[in-house]
Amino acid sequence: MDERLLHIIVDSFPKILAPGLLVTIPLTAIAFALAMVIAVAAALAQFGRVPVVTQLCRFYIWIFRGTPLLVQLFVVFYGLPRVGVTLDPFPAAVIVFSLNEGAYCAETVRAALEAVPAGQLEAGYCAGMSYLQTMRRIILPQAMRTAFPSLSNSLIAMVKDTSLASNITVVEMFRAAEQINATVYEPLVLYIEVGLVYLLFSTVLTWLQGIGERKLGAYQRQEG
Amino acid sequence: MLEVQNIHKSFGPLEVLKGVDLTVRRGDVVAILGPSGSGKTTLLRCVNFLETADQGTLSFDGERFRLGHVPRKDVARLRKKTAFVFQSYNLFLNKTALQNVTEGLIVARKMPKAQAEEIGRRALDKVGLSDRMDHYPSQLSGGQQQRVAIARAIAAEPEIIYFDEPTSALDPELTGEVLAVMRRLADEGMTMLVVTHELGFARTVSSQVVFMEGGVVVEAGPSQEIFERPKEERTRAFLQTGGSER
Repeated sequence: MDERLLHIIVDSFPKILAPGLLVTIPLTAIAFALAMVIAVAAALAQFGRVPVVTQLCRFYIWIFRGTPLLVQLFVVFYGLPRVGVTLDPFPAAVIVFSLNEGAYCAETVRAALEAVPAGQLEAGYCAGMSYLQTMRRIILPQAMRTAFPSLSNSLIAMVKDTSLASNITVVEMFRAAEQINATVYEPLVLYIEVGLVYLLFSTVLTWLQGIGERKLGAYQRQEG
Repeated sequence: MLEVQNIHKSFGPLEVLKGVDLTVRRGDVVAILGPSGSGKTTLLRCVNFLETADQGTLSFDGERFRLGHVPRKDVARLRKKTAFVFQSYNLFLNKTALQNVTEGLIVARKMPKAQAEEIGRRALDKVGLSDRMDHYPSQLSGGQQQRVAIARAIAAEPEIIYFDEPTSALDPELTGEVLAVMRRLADEGMTMLVVTHELGFARTVSSQVVFMEGGVVVEAGPSQEIFERPKEERTRAFLQTGGSER
């Protein structure tokens, strides 16, 4: 490998990693946390068959699962200013990613709630607990354990999807790589380099997923 | 203490309960016997509002309710005076044995944790599981799980415990340990309403027997009388098959 290339790789690494740590990760973390709130709320409303709210949830999920993420980003960032709603790139990305992810995760959590045996709710009632008490203490913790691998999967997918935010001028990791490439024109090494940093992030998350599953799964261990 | 009159329940076109009456006095152990599909489990579930009966009345401790129109607040209040033991145990899967017993005390009855745990330990000790307090349901045998469920039931100091075929899901060698615990409860004067296929248990432990078939009570009376001198031909035939007519 010639010296120039090596120099570009070494020189660009901190310039790619920094927006990764300062933009990609915060964007993912904030949007995913909001997505979880949306997902659990939407799943509980549907599980409890709350009238009107259930229909609103179905409509929301239909829209956000049925249209491309990129289109959603463009509508919010480039489209909404036409009706007087102008957002900075980062908040626009947070809103779109959390709504999009929330729609998918709502389905995951709803399915996990349906998978908890019906007898658990009845046992809660018979122990004198209310619906909400039983949901909070018994049903939801079991459902979240079931949903955990799928939700981790969504989180890992989302880390990579945040590269789409470059299209609405968020200077995240991929955009940073593009900008460096514009000056030195070494697309092969630079895009592989940024890909490897995404791989590093995903690997850390996969490792954390394993720890999380072991911790959450304590009650499912069989006596050896 | 508990009196149910003219209870009806249909699932779609299928009428499962066709006007059943039932009386349980304080200290009674009432066994409900009958072939599968006779409506005995549905009856028990209607009495604890796990199913909503179509019509009928229920009196509990002198309070009278029209079934199908019982306010949710009253249902919650009545359930705190009762306990239910399920055929499939239904232990809280994400809670240890001790937490299963204390959960209702702490969450529903607002008892301080330390006091609840003291009661929980005593209840588990009573069913012979003091060495399994910190085990999760997945780490317990069926018989042990059902004994935890019984500990959960007695910890709430209910006025009556409903048992829905408590040994039907168990291997034969495990039913004995559960029946022994139930027998001890009966000896202590606990009021119990038990749907069961265990004729031996019904004969030796219960004070009253209700024999159901096809959604009606065929015959009811003191247990000795029903077992020794059944009036109805159907009852006699059922008892002769040893209750195996499921």
